[in-house]
Amino acid sequence: MTLSLEASAVTVAYPNGHTALRDASFQLRSGTIAALVGVNGSGKSTLFKTLMGFVKPVSGSIRIAGGTVEQARKLKLVAYVPQTEEVDWTFPVSVWDVVMMGRYGHMNFLRIANAEDKRMVNESLARVGMTEFKDRQIGELSGGQKKRVFLARALAQNGQIILLDEPFTGVDVTTEEAIITLLRSLRDEGRIILVSTHNLGSVPEFCDHVVLVNRTVLASGPLEDVFTEDNLNRAFGGVLRQFHFESSTIQDHDGKTVKLLTDDERPLVFGKDGHLEYKDRTERQELVNKRIEEVGE
Amino acid sequence: MTNLLTPFEYDYMLKAILVSGLIGGVCAFLSCFITLKGWSLMGDALSHAVVPGVSLAWLLGLPFSLGAFVAGILAAVTMGWIKKKSGLREDAVIGVVFTSWFALGLLLLSLYPSNLNLKTIIFGNILAISDPDILQVLIISGISILVLAVKWRDLLLYCFDEAHARALGIDTRFLHFLLLALLSATAVAALQTVGACLVVAMLVTPGATAYLLTDCFGKMLIIATLTGAACGVIGAYASYFINGSTGGCIVVLQTLVFLAALVFAPKHGLLATRRLRRLATRTA
Repeated sequence: MTLSLEASAVTVAYPNGHTALRDASFQLRSGTIAALVGVNGSGKSTLFKTLMGFVKPVSGSIRIAGGTVEQARKLKLVAYVPQTEEVDWTFPVSVWDVVMMGRYGHMNFLRIANAEDKRMVNESLARVGMTEFKDRQIGELSGGQKKRVFLARALAQNGQIILLDEPFTGVDVTTEEAIITLLRSLRDEGRIILVSTHNLGSVPEFCDHVVLVNRTVLASGPLEDVFTEDNLNRAFGGVLRQFHFESSTIQDHDGKTVKLLTDDERPLVFGKDGHLEYKDRTERQELVNKRIEEVGE
Repeated sequence: MTNLLTPFEYDYMLKAILVSGLIGGVCAFLSCFITLKGWSLMGDALSHAVVPGVSLAWLLGLPFSLGAFVAGILAAVTMGWIKKKSGLREDAVIGVVFTSWFALGLLLLSLYPSNLNLKTIIFGNILAISDPDILQVLIISGISILVLAVKWRDLLLYCFDEAHARALGIDTRFLHFLLLALLSATAVAALQTVGACLVVAMLVTPGATAYLLTDCFGKMLIIATLTGAACGVIGAYASYFINGSTGGCIVVLQTLVFLAALVFAPKHGLLATRRLRRLATRTA
Protein backbone atom coordinates (compact mmCIF):
# COMPACT_ATOMS: atom_id res chain seq x y z
CA MET A 1 0.00 0.00 0.00
CA THR A 2 1.54 3.28 -1.06
CA LEU A 3 0.14 6.38 0.50
CA SER A 4 -1.66 8.80 -1.76
CA LEU A 5 -4.66 11.06 -1.71
CA GLU A 6 -6.73 11.50 -4.81
CA ALA A 7 -9.88 13.49 -5.39
CA SER A 8 -11.47 13.21 -8.79
CA ALA A 9 -14.32 15.43 -9.94
CA VAL A 10 -15.73 15.71 -6.41
CA THR A 11 -18.98 17.64 -6.09
CA VAL A 12 -20.44 18.24 -2.64
CA ALA A 13 -23.90 19.67 -2.08
CA TYR A 14 -25.63 20.25 1.24
CA PRO A 15 -29.28 19.30 1.87
CA ASN A 16 -30.27 22.98 1.64
CA GLY A 17 -29.20 22.89 -2.01
CA HIS A 18 -25.98 24.84 -1.55
CA THR A 19 -23.17 23.41 -3.67
CA ALA A 20 -20.01 23.87 -1.63
CA LEU A 21 -17.62 22.21 -4.08
CA ARG A 22 -18.02 21.48 -7.76
CA ASP A 23 -15.89 19.18 -9.86
CA ALA A 24 -12.86 19.39 -7.54
CA SER A 25 -9.84 17.28 -8.46
CA PHE A 26 -6.33 17.04 -7.05
CA GLN A 27 -3.68 14.47 -6.18
CA LEU A 28 -1.18 14.33 -3.37
CA ARG A 29 1.57 11.75 -3.08
CA SER A 30 3.40 10.36 -0.11
CA GLY A 31 5.80 12.78 1.62
CA THR A 32 4.05 16.05 0.87
CA ILE A 33 3.16 19.13 2.83
CA ALA A 34 0.33 20.70 0.91
CA ALA A 35 -1.38 24.00 1.59
CA LEU A 36 -5.09 24.26 1.02
CA VAL A 37 -5.52 27.93 0.22
CA GLY A 38 -8.70 29.90 -0.32
CA VAL A 39 -10.95 32.56 1.18
CA ASN A 40 -13.49 31.79 3.88
CA GLY A 41 -16.42 29.92 2.37
CA SER A 42 -14.36 28.67 -0.55
CA GLY A 43 -14.94 25.05 0.44
CA LYS A 44 -11.82 24.34 2.51
CA SER A 45 -13.72 22.95 5.47
CA THR A 46 -16.13 21.09 3.20
CA LEU A 47 -13.15 19.42 1.59
CA PHE A 48 -11.83 18.42 5.03
CA LYS A 49 -15.22 17.03 6.00
CA THR A 50 -15.36 15.05 2.79
CA LEU A 51 -11.89 13.60 3.39
CA MET A 52 -12.95 12.53 6.88
CA GLY A 53 -16.15 11.00 5.54
CA PHE A 54 -18.53 13.37 7.36
CA VAL A 55 -20.16 14.41 4.09
CA LYS A 56 -20.47 12.24 1.02
CA PRO A 57 -19.86 13.69 -2.44
CA VAL A 58 -22.93 13.67 -4.69
CA SER A 59 -20.61 12.79 -7.55
CA GLY A 60 -16.94 12.07 -8.05
CA SER A 61 -14.74 10.01 -5.76
CA ILE A 62 -12.01 10.23 -3.16
CA ARG A 63 -9.34 7.54 -2.95
CA ILE A 64 -7.07 7.35 0.08
CA ALA A 65 -4.13 4.96 -0.27
CA GLY A 66 -6.03 3.33 -3.11
CA GLY A 67 -9.11 2.66 -0.98
CA THR A 68 -12.32 4.45 -0.11
CA VAL A 69 -12.73 7.04 2.64
CA GLU A 70 -14.59 4.42 4.68
CA GLN A 71 -11.68 1.96 4.43
CA ALA A 72 -9.22 4.72 5.37
CA ARG A 73 -11.33 5.47 8.42
CA LYS A 74 -11.23 1.84 9.50
CA LEU A 75 -7.43 1.99 9.28
CA LYS A 76 -7.42 5.32 11.22
CA LEU A 77 -5.36 6.82 8.39
CA VAL A 78 -6.81 10.32 8.55
CA ALA A 79 -6.11 12.47 11.62
CA TYR A 80 -7.58 15.91 12.16
CA VAL A 81 -6.05 18.78 14.12
CA PRO A 82 -8.89 21.21 14.87
CA GLN A 83 -8.79 24.99 14.93
CA THR A 84 -8.09 26.39 18.37
CA GLU A 85 -11.54 28.01 18.49
CA GLU A 86 -13.30 24.68 17.96
CA VAL A 87 -12.04 23.18 21.21
CA ASP A 88 -13.65 23.63 24.64
CA TRP A 89 -10.53 24.51 26.64
CA THR A 90 -12.38 24.54 29.97
CA PHE A 91 -13.09 20.80 29.65
CA PRO A 92 -11.66 18.88 32.64
CA VAL A 93 -9.14 16.82 30.68
CA SER A 94 -5.35 16.85 30.86
CA VAL A 95 -2.83 16.93 28.04
CA TRP A 96 -2.27 13.21 28.58
CA ASP A 97 -6.02 12.49 28.33
CA VAL A 98 -6.33 14.34 25.02
CA VAL A 99 -3.35 12.61 23.43
CA MET A 100 -4.67 9.26 24.66
CA MET A 101 -7.88 9.99 22.73
CA GLY A 102 -5.79 9.49 19.61
CA ARG A 103 -5.45 5.85 20.62
CA TYR A 104 -9.20 5.19 21.07
CA GLY A 105 -9.57 3.87 17.54
CA HIS A 106 -6.89 1.28 18.25
CA MET A 107 -8.33 0.07 21.56
CA ASN A 108 -11.05 -2.48 22.29
CA PHE A 109 -14.56 -1.31 23.11
CA LEU A 110 -13.74 -0.66 26.78
CA ARG A 111 -10.96 1.77 25.72
CA ILE A 112 -8.51 0.58 28.34
CA ALA A 113 -4.97 1.63 27.47
CA ASN A 114 -2.35 -1.10 27.17
CA ALA A 115 1.45 -0.73 27.27
CA GLU A 116 1.63 0.00 23.53
CA ASP A 117 -0.95 2.79 23.82
CA LYS A 118 0.98 4.38 26.68
CA ARG A 119 4.25 4.07 24.78
CA MET A 120 2.73 5.78 21.73
CA VAL A 121 1.31 8.61 23.86
CA ASN A 122 4.66 9.14 25.61
CA GLU A 123 6.52 9.09 22.32
CA SER A 124 4.10 11.55 20.70
CA LEU A 125 4.32 13.93 23.65
CA ALA A 126 8.11 13.79 23.52
CA ARG A 127 8.08 14.50 19.80
CA VAL A 128 6.12 17.72 20.17
CA GLY A 129 8.09 18.65 23.30
CA MET A 130 5.11 18.54 25.66
CA THR A 131 6.20 15.77 28.04
CA GLU A 132 6.66 18.08 31.00
CA PHE A 133 3.12 19.45 30.58
CA LYS A 134 1.37 16.10 30.41
CA ASP A 135 -0.61 16.54 33.64
CA ARG A 136 -1.75 20.10 32.88
CA GLN A 137 -5.38 20.84 32.28
CA ILE A 138 -5.59 21.85 28.61
CA GLY A 139 -6.87 25.37 29.33
CA GLU A 140 -3.65 26.22 31.16
CA LEU A 141 -1.52 26.09 28.01
CA SER A 142 -0.29 28.80 25.66
CA GLY A 143 -1.57 29.05 22.09
CA GLY A 144 1.36 27.14 20.62
CA GLN A 145 1.24 24.45 23.29
CA LYS A 146 -2.45 23.90 22.61
CA LYS A 147 -1.67 23.27 18.94
CA ARG A 148 1.11 20.87 19.82
CA VAL A 149 -1.18 18.80 22.06
CA PHE A 150 -3.54 18.13 19.18
CA LEU A 151 -0.64 17.41 16.84
CA ALA A 152 0.54 14.86 19.40
CA ARG A 153 -2.93 13.33 19.33
CA ALA A 154 -2.67 12.94 15.55
CA LEU A 155 0.73 11.27 16.05
CA ALA A 156 -0.63 8.96 18.74
CA GLN A 157 -3.36 7.99 16.30
CA ASN A 158 -0.52 7.23 13.86
CA GLY A 159 -2.42 9.21 11.23
CA GLN A 160 -0.75 9.01 7.84
CA ILE A 161 -2.79 11.83 6.39
CA ILE A 162 -2.87 14.74 8.80
CA LEU A 163 -5.37 17.55 8.25
CA LEU A 164 -4.50 20.81 10.03
CA ASP A 165 -6.96 23.66 10.23
CA GLU A 166 -5.31 27.10 10.52
CA PRO A 167 -2.34 25.81 12.55
CA PHE A 168 -0.67 29.18 13.03
CA THR A 169 -3.42 31.41 14.37
CA GLY A 170 -2.61 32.52 17.89
CA VAL A 171 0.85 30.98 17.71
CA ASP A 172 4.02 32.98 18.28
CA VAL A 173 6.81 32.93 15.71
CA THR A 174 9.13 30.62 17.69
CA THR A 175 6.41 28.01 18.10
CA GLU A 176 5.48 28.41 14.45
CA GLU A 177 9.06 27.48 13.54
CA ALA A 178 8.95 24.50 15.90
CA ILE A 179 5.69 23.26 14.37
CA ILE A 180 7.09 23.69 10.87
CA THR A 181 10.18 21.64 11.79
CA LEU A 182 7.92 18.92 13.14
CA LEU A 183 5.76 18.94 10.01
CA ARG A 184 8.88 18.58 7.87
CA SER A 185 10.03 15.55 9.82
CA LEU A 186 6.54 14.02 9.40
CA ARG A 187 6.75 14.68 5.67
CA ASP A 188 10.12 12.95 5.56
CA GLU A 189 8.47 9.86 7.06
CA GLY A 190 6.24 9.76 4.00
CA ARG A 191 3.07 11.18 5.54
CA ILE A 192 0.77 13.59 3.73
CA ILE A 193 0.11 16.83 5.56
CA LEU A 194 -2.73 19.00 4.29
CA VAL A 195 -2.83 22.45 5.87
CA SER A 196 -5.87 24.65 5.48
CA THR A 197 -4.82 28.28 5.78
CA HIS A 198 -5.41 31.80 4.62
CA ASN A 199 -2.04 32.88 5.99
CA LEU A 200 -0.38 33.22 2.59
CA GLY A 201 3.06 34.28 3.75
CA SER A 202 3.70 31.12 5.72
CA VAL A 203 2.89 28.87 2.76
CA PRO A 204 6.22 29.18 0.89
CA GLU A 205 8.07 28.65 4.17
CA PHE A 206 6.99 25.06 4.68
CA CYS A 207 4.72 23.78 1.91
CA ASP A 208 5.88 22.08 -1.25
CA HIS A 209 2.48 21.65 -2.83
CA VAL A 210 -0.45 24.02 -3.12
CA VAL A 211 -4.14 23.34 -3.71
CA LEU A 212 -5.98 26.56 -4.51
CA VAL A 213 -9.72 26.42 -3.90
CA ASN A 214 -12.65 28.65 -4.63
CA ARG A 215 -15.79 26.47 -4.73
CA THR A 216 -13.70 24.13 -6.87
CA VAL A 217 -9.99 23.33 -7.18
CA LEU A 218 -8.60 26.18 -9.25
CA ALA A 219 -5.10 24.78 -9.41
CA SER A 220 -3.07 22.06 -7.73
CA GLY A 221 0.61 21.36 -8.11
CA PRO A 222 4.12 22.14 -6.88
CA LEU A 223 4.41 25.42 -5.01
CA GLU A 224 6.56 27.06 -7.70
CA ASP A 225 4.00 26.41 -10.41
CA VAL A 226 0.81 27.16 -8.58
CA PHE A 227 1.62 29.82 -6.03
CA THR A 228 1.79 32.68 -8.51
CA GLU A 229 0.39 36.16 -8.39
CA ASP A 230 -2.07 35.35 -11.18
CA ASN A 231 -3.45 32.23 -9.50
CA LEU A 232 -3.74 33.95 -6.13
CA ASN A 233 -5.67 36.78 -7.70
CA ARG A 234 -8.01 34.22 -9.23
CA ALA A 235 -8.48 32.50 -5.87
CA PHE A 236 -8.91 35.62 -3.79
CA GLY A 237 -10.34 38.07 -6.26
CA GLY A 238 -10.15 41.53 -4.78
CA VAL A 239 -9.86 40.32 -1.19
CA LEU A 240 -6.09 40.60 -0.94
CA ARG A 241 -4.39 43.85 -0.03
CA GLN A 242 -1.45 44.59 -2.24
CA PHE A 243 1.52 46.82 -1.64
CA HIS A 244 3.81 47.30 -4.57
CA PHE A 245 7.33 48.44 -3.74
CA GLU A 246 8.30 50.31 -6.85
CA SER A 247 11.95 50.77 -7.60
CA SER A 248 11.89 54.21 -6.04
CA THR A 249 11.48 52.81 -2.52
CA ILE A 250 14.34 50.33 -2.87
CA GLN A 251 17.35 52.56 -3.05
CA ASP A 252 20.77 51.38 -4.01
CA HIS A 253 22.26 52.75 -0.80
CA ASP A 254 19.96 50.38 1.20
CA GLY A 255 21.73 47.50 -0.46
CA LYS A 256 18.38 46.80 -2.14
CA THR A 257 17.15 45.28 1.11
CA VAL A 258 13.49 45.63 1.98
CA LYS A 259 12.24 45.04 5.52
CA LEU A 260 8.59 44.11 6.04
CA LEU A 261 6.93 44.24 9.44
CA THR A 262 3.58 42.62 10.16
CA ASP A 263 1.72 42.05 13.39
CA ASP A 264 0.65 38.44 13.02
CA GLU A 265 0.56 36.80 9.65
CA ARG A 266 3.58 36.41 7.45
CA PRO A 267 3.48 38.59 4.36
CA LEU A 268 3.78 36.92 0.99
CA VAL A 269 6.47 38.57 -1.09
CA PHE A 270 6.95 38.26 -4.81
CA GLY A 271 10.18 39.47 -6.39
CA LYS A 272 10.68 40.82 -9.87
CA ASP A 273 8.96 38.75 -12.58
CA GLY A 274 6.80 37.15 -9.87
CA HIS A 275 9.37 34.77 -8.38
CA LEU A 276 8.67 33.85 -4.78
CA GLU A 277 10.78 35.26 -1.99
CA TYR A 278 11.68 32.91 0.89
CA LYS A 279 13.05 33.68 4.29
CA ASP A 280 15.41 30.76 3.97
CA ARG A 281 16.35 29.61 0.49
CA THR A 282 18.83 26.82 1.26
CA GLU A 283 16.41 24.17 2.51
CA ARG A 284 13.99 25.05 -0.26
CA GLN A 285 16.70 24.68 -2.87
CA GLU A 286 17.69 21.27 -1.50
CA LEU A 287 14.11 20.07 -1.77
CA VAL A 288 13.71 21.40 -5.29
CA ASN A 289 16.95 19.65 -6.32
CA LYS A 290 15.79 16.41 -4.71
CA ARG A 291 12.51 16.56 -6.59
CA ILE A 292 14.32 17.21 -9.87
CA GLU A 293 16.55 14.20 -9.22
CA GLU A 294 13.54 12.01 -8.45
CA VAL A 295 11.82 13.03 -11.63
CA GLY A 296 15.10 12.45 -13.49
CA GLU A 297 15.19 8.86 -12.25
CA MET B 1 -29.12 9.84 70.71
CA THR B 2 -31.84 7.27 70.18
CA ASN B 3 -33.85 10.01 68.54
CA LEU B 4 -31.35 10.21 65.72
CA LEU B 5 -31.93 6.55 64.92
CA THR B 6 -35.75 6.75 64.82
CA PRO B 7 -36.00 7.13 61.01
CA PHE B 8 -34.28 3.77 60.62
CA GLU B 9 -36.98 2.05 62.65
CA TYR B 10 -39.56 2.79 59.99
CA ASP B 11 -39.49 0.56 56.98
CA TYR B 12 -40.71 3.31 54.65
CA MET B 13 -38.01 5.73 55.84
CA LEU B 14 -35.28 3.17 55.35
CA LYS B 15 -36.46 2.46 51.81
CA ALA B 16 -36.77 6.19 51.04
CA ILE B 17 -33.24 6.88 52.30
CA LEU B 18 -31.65 4.04 50.34
CA VAL B 19 -33.55 4.66 47.10
CA SER B 20 -32.83 8.42 47.27
CA GLY B 21 -29.14 7.71 47.75
CA LEU B 22 -29.07 5.32 44.80
CA ILE B 23 -30.94 7.64 42.45
CA GLY B 24 -28.88 10.60 43.64
CA GLY B 25 -25.68 8.74 42.84
CA VAL B 26 -26.76 7.52 39.39
CA CYS B 27 -28.13 10.92 38.36
CA ALA B 28 -24.96 12.60 39.61
CA PHE B 29 -22.73 10.26 37.59
CA LEU B 30 -24.69 11.14 34.47
CA SER B 31 -24.75 14.84 35.39
CA CYS B 32 -21.01 15.09 34.61
CA PHE B 33 -21.72 14.29 30.96
CA ILE B 34 -24.88 16.41 30.85
CA THR B 35 -23.16 19.56 32.13
CA LEU B 36 -20.12 19.12 29.89
CA LYS B 37 -22.23 18.45 26.82
CA GLY B 38 -24.36 21.52 27.57
CA TRP B 39 -27.56 19.50 27.84
CA SER B 40 -28.83 20.86 31.17
CA LEU B 41 -31.85 22.43 29.51
CA MET B 42 -32.46 19.19 27.66
CA GLY B 43 -32.55 17.37 31.01
CA ASP B 44 -35.17 19.80 32.26
CA ALA B 45 -37.20 19.34 29.08
CA LEU B 46 -37.08 15.55 29.17
CA SER B 47 -38.10 15.36 32.81
CA HIS B 48 -41.27 17.29 31.99
CA ALA B 49 -41.89 15.53 28.70
CA VAL B 50 -42.14 12.12 30.37
CA VAL B 51 -45.44 13.03 32.08
CA PRO B 52 -47.84 12.04 29.25
CA GLY B 53 -45.99 8.71 29.08
CA VAL B 54 -46.83 8.03 32.72
CA SER B 55 -50.51 8.59 32.06
CA LEU B 56 -50.63 6.55 28.87
CA ALA B 57 -48.73 3.68 30.48
CA TRP B 58 -51.34 3.52 33.22
CA LEU B 59 -54.17 3.50 30.67
CA LEU B 60 -52.48 0.67 28.77
CA GLY B 61 -51.60 -1.23 31.93
CA LEU B 62 -47.82 -1.02 31.36
CA PRO B 63 -45.14 -0.22 33.94
CA PHE B 64 -45.09 3.54 34.27
CA SER B 65 -41.33 3.82 33.76
CA LEU B 66 -41.63 2.23 30.33
CA GLY B 67 -44.22 4.77 29.23
CA ALA B 68 -42.20 7.63 30.64
CA PHE B 69 -39.02 6.43 28.96
CA VAL B 70 -40.70 6.14 25.56
CA ALA B 71 -42.29 9.59 25.96
CA GLY B 72 -38.90 11.09 26.85
CA ILE B 73 -37.20 9.59 23.80
CA LEU B 74 -40.07 10.66 21.54
CA ALA B 75 -39.85 14.22 22.89
CA ALA B 76 -36.09 14.27 22.23
CA VAL B 77 -36.62 12.98 18.70
CA THR B 78 -39.32 15.61 18.09
CA MET B 79 -36.96 18.34 19.29
CA GLY B 80 -34.18 17.13 17.01
CA TRP B 81 -36.55 16.94 14.06
CA ILE B 82 -38.11 20.38 14.56
CA LYS B 83 -34.72 21.97 15.07
CA LYS B 84 -33.39 20.44 11.85
CA LYS B 85 -36.46 21.35 9.78
CA SER B 86 -37.22 24.81 11.17
CA GLY B 87 -33.79 26.29 11.77
CA LEU B 88 -35.08 27.72 15.06
CA ARG B 89 -32.63 28.08 17.93
CA GLU B 90 -32.38 25.13 20.25
CA ASP B 91 -33.74 26.89 23.34
CA ALA B 92 -36.86 27.95 21.44
CA VAL B 93 -37.43 24.40 20.19
CA ILE B 94 -36.92 22.94 23.66
CA GLY B 95 -39.29 25.54 25.11
CA VAL B 96 -42.04 24.71 22.64
CA VAL B 97 -41.72 20.93 22.73
CA PHE B 98 -41.37 20.35 26.45
CA THR B 99 -44.24 22.60 27.44
CA SER B 100 -46.54 21.00 24.89
CA TRP B 101 -45.66 17.50 26.07
CA PHE B 102 -46.10 18.54 29.66
CA ALA B 103 -49.46 20.15 28.84
CA LEU B 104 -50.55 16.98 27.05
CA GLY B 105 -49.60 15.06 30.18
CA LEU B 106 -51.64 17.37 32.40
CA LEU B 107 -54.61 17.01 30.09
CA LEU B 108 -54.42 13.22 30.03
CA LEU B 109 -54.05 13.04 33.80
CA SER B 110 -57.09 15.25 34.36
CA LEU B 111 -59.24 13.38 31.85
CA TYR B 112 -58.21 9.89 32.95
CA PRO B 113 -57.31 9.98 36.65
CA SER B 114 -54.75 7.28 37.37
CA ASN B 115 -53.29 5.70 40.49
CA LEU B 116 -50.49 8.26 40.34
CA ASN B 117 -51.95 11.65 41.07
CA LEU B 118 -50.61 14.84 39.58
CA LYS B 119 -48.97 15.97 42.78
CA THR B 120 -46.94 12.76 43.02
CA ILE B 121 -45.64 13.15 39.49
CA ILE B 122 -44.75 16.79 39.79
CA PHE B 123 -43.37 16.82 43.33
CA GLY B 124 -42.49 13.17 43.88
CA ASN B 125 -43.41 11.06 46.85
CA ILE B 126 -40.57 8.82 47.82
CA LEU B 127 -42.06 8.04 51.22
CA ALA B 128 -44.92 6.19 49.57
CA ILE B 129 -42.86 4.35 46.98
CA SER B 130 -44.22 0.85 46.31
CA ASP B 131 -42.09 -2.27 46.07
CA PRO B 132 -42.68 -2.76 42.31
CA ASP B 133 -41.61 0.85 41.80
CA ILE B 134 -38.46 0.23 43.83
CA LEU B 135 -37.76 -2.73 41.57
CA GLN B 136 -38.13 -0.50 38.50
CA VAL B 137 -35.74 2.04 39.98
CA LEU B 138 -33.24 -0.73 40.79
CA ILE B 139 -33.39 -2.08 37.24
CA ILE B 140 -33.01 1.37 35.65
CA SER B 141 -30.12 2.26 37.96
CA GLY B 142 -28.40 -1.08 37.39
CA ILE B 143 -28.58 -0.79 33.61
CA SER B 144 -27.47 2.87 33.66
CA ILE B 145 -24.47 2.13 35.87
CA LEU B 146 -23.46 -0.82 33.70
CA VAL B 147 -23.73 1.16 30.45
CA LEU B 148 -21.85 4.13 31.92
CA ALA B 149 -19.11 1.90 33.32
CA VAL B 150 -18.54 0.37 29.88
CA LYS B 151 -19.00 3.46 27.70
CA TRP B 152 -17.88 6.45 29.79
CA ARG B 153 -14.67 7.01 27.83
CA ASP B 154 -16.53 7.04 24.52
CA LEU B 155 -19.13 9.41 25.94
CA LEU B 156 -16.37 11.67 27.25
CA LEU B 157 -14.74 11.79 23.82
CA TYR B 158 -18.14 12.44 22.23
CA CYS B 159 -18.77 15.37 24.59
CA PHE B 160 -15.26 16.76 24.12
CA ASP B 161 -14.55 16.37 20.42
CA GLU B 162 -17.25 14.86 18.25
CA ALA B 163 -15.30 15.40 15.01
CA HIS B 164 -12.35 13.38 16.28
CA ALA B 165 -14.63 10.56 17.42
CA ARG B 166 -16.21 10.43 13.98
CA ALA B 167 -12.83 10.52 12.25
CA LEU B 168 -11.87 7.44 14.28
CA GLY B 169 -14.97 5.66 13.01
CA ILE B 170 -16.78 5.77 16.38
CA ASP B 171 -20.55 5.80 15.88
CA THR B 172 -21.43 9.22 17.32
CA ARG B 173 -25.11 8.94 16.38
CA PHE B 174 -25.28 5.89 18.60
CA LEU B 175 -23.52 7.73 21.44
CA HIS B 176 -25.90 10.68 21.04
CA PHE B 177 -28.87 8.35 21.33
CA LEU B 178 -27.26 6.47 24.21
CA LEU B 179 -26.81 9.67 26.21
CA LEU B 180 -30.41 10.68 25.47
CA ALA B 181 -31.67 7.25 26.54
CA LEU B 182 -29.65 7.38 29.77
CA LEU B 183 -30.96 10.88 30.43
CA SER B 184 -34.57 9.77 29.93
CA ALA B 185 -34.13 6.63 32.00
CA THR B 186 -32.57 8.39 34.97
CA ALA B 187 -35.09 11.24 34.73
CA VAL B 188 -37.82 8.62 35.05
CA ALA B 189 -36.14 7.05 38.07
CA ALA B 190 -35.64 10.42 39.74
CA LEU B 191 -39.27 11.35 39.13
CA GLN B 192 -40.19 9.14 42.09
CA THR B 193 -37.93 10.90 44.54
CA VAL B 194 -38.06 14.57 43.75
CA GLY B 195 -40.76 14.87 41.07
CA ALA B 196 -40.71 16.24 37.54
CA CYS B 197 -40.06 19.81 38.67
CA LEU B 198 -36.84 19.08 40.50
CA VAL B 199 -35.39 16.19 38.47
CA VAL B 200 -33.17 18.57 36.58
CA ALA B 201 -31.45 19.55 39.83
CA MET B 202 -30.40 15.93 40.41
CA LEU B 203 -29.15 15.75 36.81
CA VAL B 204 -27.17 18.98 36.81
CA THR B 205 -26.18 20.29 40.25
CA PRO B 206 -23.75 17.52 41.32
CA GLY B 207 -21.93 17.72 37.98
CA ALA B 208 -21.74 21.50 38.21
CA THR B 209 -20.41 21.23 41.79
CA ALA B 210 -17.74 18.70 40.85
CA TYR B 211 -16.74 20.75 37.80
CA LEU B 212 -15.82 23.61 40.12
CA LEU B 213 -13.77 21.35 42.36
CA THR B 214 -11.48 19.55 39.92
CA ASP B 215 -9.83 19.69 36.50
CA CYS B 216 -9.67 15.93 36.14
CA PHE B 217 -12.65 14.11 34.66
CA GLY B 218 -12.09 10.92 36.67
CA LYS B 219 -12.15 12.87 39.93
CA MET B 220 -15.15 14.84 38.69
CA LEU B 221 -17.09 11.57 38.30
CA ILE B 222 -16.17 10.44 41.81
CA ILE B 223 -16.90 13.78 43.50
CA ALA B 224 -20.23 14.19 41.69
CA THR B 225 -21.40 10.64 42.45
CA LEU B 226 -20.43 10.89 46.11
CA THR B 227 -22.13 14.29 46.60
CA GLY B 228 -25.22 13.12 44.71
CA ALA B 229 -25.55 9.94 46.76
CA ALA B 230 -24.74 11.68 50.06
CA CYS B 231 -27.26 14.46 49.42
CA GLY B 232 -29.89 11.83 48.56
CA VAL B 233 -29.30 9.89 51.79
CA ILE B 234 -28.88 12.87 54.11
CA GLY B 235 -31.72 14.84 52.51
CA ALA B 236 -34.19 11.97 52.91
CA TYR B 237 -32.98 11.36 56.46
CA ALA B 238 -33.23 15.04 57.43
CA SER B 239 -36.71 15.39 55.93
CA TYR B 240 -37.99 13.10 58.71
CA PHE B 241 -36.93 15.55 61.41
CA ILE B 242 -38.00 18.78 59.81
CA ASN B 243 -41.14 17.08 58.52
CA GLY B 244 -40.67 18.71 55.10
CA SER B 245 -40.78 17.55 51.49
CA THR B 246 -38.12 14.91 50.82
CA GLY B 247 -37.43 16.13 47.29
CA GLY B 248 -37.12 19.68 48.55
CA CYS B 249 -34.67 18.61 51.26
CA ILE B 250 -32.47 16.73 48.83
CA VAL B 251 -32.30 19.52 46.27
CA VAL B 252 -31.76 22.27 48.86
CA LEU B 253 -28.90 20.22 50.28
CA GLN B 254 -27.37 19.82 46.80
CA THR B 255 -27.68 23.56 46.27
CA LEU B 256 -25.92 24.27 49.57
CA VAL B 257 -23.04 22.02 48.55
CA PHE B 258 -22.91 23.76 45.18
CA LEU B 259 -22.81 27.21 46.83
CA ALA B 260 -20.02 26.06 49.13
CA ALA B 261 -18.05 24.87 46.11
CA LEU B 262 -18.75 28.11 44.28
CA VAL B 263 -17.24 30.11 47.11
CA PHE B 264 -14.52 27.84 48.50
CA ALA B 265 -13.35 25.69 45.54
CA PRO B 266 -9.53 25.62 45.67
CA LYS B 267 -8.99 26.81 42.10
CA HIS B 268 -12.24 27.94 40.49
CA GLY B 269 -14.00 29.26 43.60
CA LEU B 270 -14.83 32.93 44.12
CA LEU B 271 -12.33 33.28 46.98
CA ALA B 272 -9.56 31.61 44.99
CA THR B 273 -10.09 33.83 41.94
CA ARG B 274 -10.11 36.91 44.13
CA ARG B 275 -6.90 35.78 45.81
CA LEU B 276 -5.31 35.21 42.40
CA ARG B 277 -6.39 38.60 41.16
CA ARG B 278 -4.94 40.29 44.23
CA LEU B 279 -1.69 38.41 43.76
CA ALA B 280 -1.56 39.46 40.12
CA THR B 281 -2.10 43.14 40.90
CA ARG B 282 0.53 43.04 43.65
CA THR B 283 3.23 41.58 41.43
CA ALA B 284 2.28 43.82 38.51
